[in-house]
Amino acid sequence: MSWGETIRTGLTAIRSHAMRSVLTIVGILIGIAAVILTVGLGLGTQKDVSESISSLGSNLLIVRPGSATSAAGIRGGFGSSTSLTMDDAAALGSSLAAPDIAGVAPEASTSVSLENGDVNWTASVTGTTTSWPQVRSRTLLAGEFFTEAQAEQAANVIVLGAETATQLFGTTWAAGRSLTIDSTTYEVVGVLAERGSSDDTDLDDLAVVPMQTYAARISSTGTAGTGAPVQTMYIQATAADTLSAAYQEAETLLANLHGITDSSAADFSISSQDALVSTATAVYRTLTVLLVGIAAIALLVGGIGVMNIMLVSVTERTREIGLRKALGAKPSAIRRQFLVEATALGLVGGVLGAGLGIAGAIALPQALGSSIVVSWPAVFGAVAVAVGIGLVFGTYPATRAARLAPVDALRDE
Amino acid sequence: MADQAVLRLENVRKVYSAGEIEFEALHGVSLDIGQGEYVAVAGPSGSGKSTLMNILGCLDVATEGRYEIAGQDVGQMDESELAELRCRQIGFVFQQFNLLPSMSAWRNVELPLSYAGVAPAQRRRRAIDALESVGLGDKIDNRPGQLSGGQQQRVAIARALVSEPTLLLADEPTGNLDTASAKEILGIFDQVHRAGRTIVLITHDWDVARRAGRSIEVRDGTILEGGGRA
Repeated sequence: MSWGETIRTGLTAIRSHAMRSVLTIVGILIGIAAVILTVGLGLGTQKDVSESISSLGSNLLIVRPGSATSAAGIRGGFGSSTSLTMDDAAALGSSLAAPDIAGVAPEASTSVSLENGDVNWTASVTGTTTSWPQVRSRTLLAGEFFTEAQAEQAANVIVLGAETATQLFGTTWAAGRSLTIDSTTYEVVGVLAERGSSDDTDLDDLAVVPMQTYAARISSTGTAGTGAPVQTMYIQATAADTLSAAYQEAETLLANLHGITDSSAADFSISSQDALVSTATAVYRTLTVLLVGIAAIALLVGGIGVMNIMLVSVTERTREIGLRKALGAKPSAIRRQFLVEATALGLVGGVLGAGLGIAGAIALPQALGSSIVVSWPAVFGAVAVAVGIGLVFGTYPATRAARLAPVDALRDE
Repeated sequence: MADQAVLRLENVRKVYSAGEIEFEALHGVSLDIGQGEYVAVAGPSGSGKSTLMNILGCLDVATEGRYEIAGQDVGQMDESELAELRCRQIGFVFQQFNLLPSMSAWRNVELPLSYAGVAPAQRRRRAIDALESVGLGDKIDNRPGQLSGGQQQRVAIARALVSEPTLLLADEPTGNLDTASAKEILGIFDQVHRAGRTIVLITHDWDVARRAGRSIEVRDGTILEGGGRA
């Protein structure tokens, strides 16, 4: 009997007990769809996190006040202490002292209420330097970023995020308009192009002012001048492969400026984007492995379903097996027929499951808000696994069918 | 008696054992059946008749003794070789017809050819020829459920003959049929016999057995030549 006929016979048998076959296929289908969705969710979340980290800018180092952990295991006042200053930023920005650093954007921010007549909108206002657009990879939609001169004069100029501009003025074409913060009038000099929002930071709802302006009028601390505290400093390396050189330079310079000799006593910490990405990736990899483990159990249950239905099928068709043997079917032909049937169940379940998984990957992100990446290796792998499950779990029933003695099989009622 | 035996049993014993209990169904049976003979094997149930049929049909092997079909010793064969032997040498007709309900008449008939590795186009032609020879040329696409008992048994005979076997082995072929259909089926057997094929027909009905050229009675695991004819 040819393969084509064996397959046709198998499909006829599957159709002849449609309900049972459908239930078995559903078992496999759920397992396969679960694998595709969980792998996709893991990859999607990983992608989201990488994107939101890379949306900070490119080739970045992030300096925060306070050490991560002191030698004694005591954590410094992470992010809250005021050990970083504008002087530090200026020193790091010097191309002589730190040739591998392309730019430094010190940041200090607080939440304030912006007013345009009756319209009132609360946003995060950040004080920084003119390097900010370059370091944070931001472009302007309208107008200009504030200038060095405006910064030095602590001028009342402000650059808005697209969302903030829309909320206040109903349009992103807000350059040239003015708004008030705490009774002081600021001129809107530019509007930033949209970046979209990642999970926790809205990159389009913000306002940017010169650090001098921020320190003099917006910051609650009110410490003006070059010694003003900096909350975060973004350092951009000249290229991806000078990132570690930039890291060294920044660390050495800051240690010198702060008079620190023992690196474990540093009052600042430097992290790189890569480190953030790899930490996040490691977390999501663990999560993905866990989810895939659960999906694998679903597949195993599906496989047991295949074995169950095949055993029922063999028992039910004992007489048919006997007849086929009497007509000259060799044990190998009988085994092959049942294996093909089990494999077909696996294949159909696998293909439908892949379809459902892909459909879910398209539909679910809208409901969940997190992306699901369809990984083609995972899709094909899952279908191959479904076929494999059919083969593996079909082997025992098929062998049992092949071993039936024709006399006993024919006598079966 | 035949001068040229195609089936030869020599002192065949068959013992069934279920745990401690042993039961001897055949006590040393010897039998020669010649080419083209039409032999009826009759006997009450429990006589060893079915055991003899299973051994003749290569569905089961003898515990002791020798069985040759067309010169081949069956005793030495494994499952696969027995399957091949059944495929080429033996056509079965059963009491319950044993057609596969999901397949049309011609698909049922071509089944032995598919196991013999005959090409599909040729199989279909031979299956249709076989169905025509039993008078069912107009029912080739009907499923067994759409046919009467007599017609189903004729499909089964077509299936048994399609591979042109050495032996046509029929087990109570009229057992499930009404008198008219039974007569029809026996008429086909006569026709097959005239065409020169060897037939062994197992029955408990002496009226059926008498139509064969030679009858053998099985009783308590032994055979009596020409039994019951007197």
